Amino acid sequence: MKKRLPATPYLIWMIGFVICPLIAIAISAMTDKEGNITFENIFAIGDSINGQALLFSLAIAVGCTVICILLAYPTALVLRSMKFRKNGFTLFILILPMWMNFILRILAWQMILSKNGLLNLLLASIGLKPLEIANTPVALMIGMVYDFLPYMIMPVFNAISDIDEDVIDAARDLGAGKLNIFKKIILPLSIPGMLSGIVMVFVPAMTSFVIADILGGGKVQLIGNIIEQEFMKSMNWHLGSGLSISLMVMVMLGLAFTMKNDHGERDGGLW
Amino acid sequence: MLTAAVATLCLAACGQKGDANTLTVINYGEYIDPDVLKSFTDETGIEVLYEEALTPEEMYTKYMSGAIDYDLLCTSDYMVKRLIDEGEAQPVDFASMENAGNIGDEYWKFSEAFDPGNKYSLPYFYGTVGLLYDTTKVKEPIDSWEVLFNGQYKNDIIMQNSQRDTFMVTLKYLGYSLNTTSEEELREAKDLLQKQKPDVQAYLVDEARDEVVAGNAAMAVVYSGEAYLGHEYNEDLAYVVPKEGSNVWIDSWVVTKKCKNTEAAAKFLDYLCRDDIAYKNFEYIYYSTPNEAAVEMMPDELKNNPAIVPTKEDIANCEVCTQTDEATVELYNELWKELKSTD
Amino acid sequence: MVRIKNAFAKFYLALIILFLYIPILVLIVLSFNSSRSRVVWEGFTFEWYVKLFSNQQILDALQTTLVLGLVSAAIATIIGVLAALGIQNMRKNGYSVVMSITNIPILNADIVTGIAMMLWFVKFLPLGFTSVLIAHITFGIPYVILSVMPKLRGMNVHIYEAARDLGAGSVYAFFKIVLPQIASGVVAGFFMALTMSMDDFVITYFTKGAGVNTLSTMIYGEIRKGIKPEMYALSTIIFAVILVILIIVNKMSANSEAEHMKDNVERVR
Repeated sequence: MKKRLPATPYLIWMIGFVICPLIAIAISAMTDKEGNITFENIFAIGDSINGQALLFSLAIAVGCTVICILLAYPTALVLRSMKFRKNGFTLFILILPMWMNFILRILAWQMILSKNGLLNLLLASIGLKPLEIANTPVALMIGMVYDFLPYMIMPVFNAISDIDEDVIDAARDLGAGKLNIFKKIILPLSIPGMLSGIVMVFVPAMTSFVIADILGGGKVQLIGNIIEQEFMKSMNWHLGSGLSISLMVMVMLGLAFTMKNDHGERDGGLW
Repeated sequence: MLTAAVATLCLAACGQKGDANTLTVINYGEYIDPDVLKSFTDETGIEVLYEEALTPEEMYTKYMSGAIDYDLLCTSDYMVKRLIDEGEAQPVDFASMENAGNIGDEYWKFSEAFDPGNKYSLPYFYGTVGLLYDTTKVKEPIDSWEVLFNGQYKNDIIMQNSQRDTFMVTLKYLGYSLNTTSEEELREAKDLLQKQKPDVQAYLVDEARDEVVAGNAAMAVVYSGEAYLGHEYNEDLAYVVPKEGSNVWIDSWVVTKKCKNTEAAAKFLDYLCRDDIAYKNFEYIYYSTPNEAAVEMMPDELKNNPAIVPTKEDIANCEVCTQTDEATVELYNELWKELKSTD
Repeated sequence: MVRIKNAFAKFYLALIILFLYIPILVLIVLSFNSSRSRVVWEGFTFEWYVKLFSNQQILDALQTTLVLGLVSAAIATIIGVLAALGIQNMRKNGYSVVMSITNIPILNADIVTGIAMMLWFVKFLPLGFTSVLIAHITFGIPYVILSVMPKLRGMNVHIYEAARDLGAGSVYAFFKIVLPQIASGVVAGFFMALTMSMDDFVITYFTKGAGVNTLSTMIYGEIRKGIKPEMYALSTIIFAVILVILIIVNKMSANSEAEHMKDNVERVR
């Protein structure tokens, strides 16, 4: 199986429909309205407003990724302990919600979190004070974690369930405690999976705008919202393209840096 | 191999493209009764390729990219002006249409604000922008935009997530024209909005009405048609166009420069003006119709509802938005971004 | 002690699943709401389910969505599996470059991908069904590759090499030996591509032609005036159908696996 030939149709496809459109965007990013070459749009991401939105998005995306890891890791451990088959039902249970339209699901969250929403109704029925989280960054984070959590659970679960039970037994026989087994075996072996999860959560969290518009009540501005505004509302495609190109390059550099330490496997399995 | 593939795809795609007896139309979402499209095709034999958009900017983007050669566009006042100014609209002979006379004179006059001489655009629906509020939460009668800015309804206000509408409200409250090009006035408006921001529960577009209906907010800035629908779901809701004045918006049809089959386009527009068809559309959309023959057909309770048929006083107090000056639009964008990203 | 821990584990899992399915429950409940507004509950009705089947537009959009999803996912799977086979054999540098390109559609904001494709398509392809299909295939392929690659890496290469040594052609060996080993990844990839296609709005919006409507583009058009309850009904039906299919598939594969195990055990004896 030493042939690279089967990848040819894919390479042609990607050049035709990924690289070429990207070049179209890059050209638009590096020109101004009169068609002169400029780098202003590329560097505009450093402006005070755009930069602020970028930092805020970064904070949200990092927060969202961390929460996803914290929720996904125990889930994966539980799934393993319950002897769920890899790639079987678990995957389907996790992506089944996506068969309901995305916008409908986010609108449903709005109804759950709003002032007179289901959550507050529930809290009131057990005698607790209502929460005012609608239209705040908290609601935004809940929506994002909800949307991206499956992308973290799957790869982490895959990595963890790949660990051979014999290895753990051997370690236990040799006198390793639970904590040590986790620290020395499970955690290191699950890192490739976690890295894939980070990519799958962090990147979309960094560029999304719909969730911020609906659940953030339009009061929070992510870099994705600015890009969307430049394209759709201000009709300044050159600036929009410039911002997206710099955002893309930054995210790619960030990922390359994260992946640098990942020498073993070439990447973790996604599902 | 790729070339061959692309060539076949092209052929396949071209096969779908319209022949002489087809109109390609873009309109706002849910802005026509689908039965009207069907009956038009049945009666005239003209196929309609129908497409929807949420905002005028989306329509402009799709149209200008040349991706699809739309024959007819239904869009809002300022975008109509932009299309006319850029030479993208085709003049239409409305006088020769059988039913165009159903459109009331005053609406043609309104249209002159963005279409002098009424050469290009046909009014379709119109309305005002005002306050939809919950009378169980707001005890005193409201007649001024002031309630949005005096801090009385903290975290109970929903503003529009659109720079034009939100600035319009503020400019009117400050006593300026909504078509102002003065940087000073716009900055003053922005400062006021910035001050108001902590009191604003959310900037929403489409869900604003539902939030007031559900009792999540005491008031929201909405279009008049939304106010009518809101009242249908929650009887405690009231709608007012504040005394400082507001914006009267008109959505109009434009035949594009790219349209070859102008005869079919004219037939389509004429069809929309027919009294029964206009009424059918009204019953589907419940926005204010400029079609006087259709208004005649309404039951009295609708005729007398200011959210359906705005009063003469309200209208007289309102301005049409014609702002397309590039420098001002850029300033708007800048100020809007500042507002949104600063707490 | 173990039992308490077990109960806690189950409770935790139930919470996570609840979190993922709460909005779904809300939408299902809405599909039975006799009010047209999503924020007012007026009582139970089946009306929307009945109306749904007489709404030609929704049915057309459903058809487009399904055809688009299935065709794009199938093509994406074929291209993606072949690609994974080839990429697997690339040297380190080529591998990194190709995998970076693979990540681009996942990396970019949808709106950028959508507008970029529109700008590019305009040059040679009139927008219509075909253009959306191409777009959906393009963003589906990475998911297939990412699902299949780990399976390929975990595969026993020696069996394949042994088969080739014994004279099996590469195509024959692929179907007989490779495919069965990576099948679960292929199915998962296909399913992911299909799901992504069904759920996409932004890219579809910018690459579709006039008159081509998917359920997503229809729903977006409806947001301002209020989502039609028929949409909730349709979503509920789709959800239920998929759920039933999955349960059946899962039962079947569990059975066949059990049989497989039995075979193996017998062979060992």
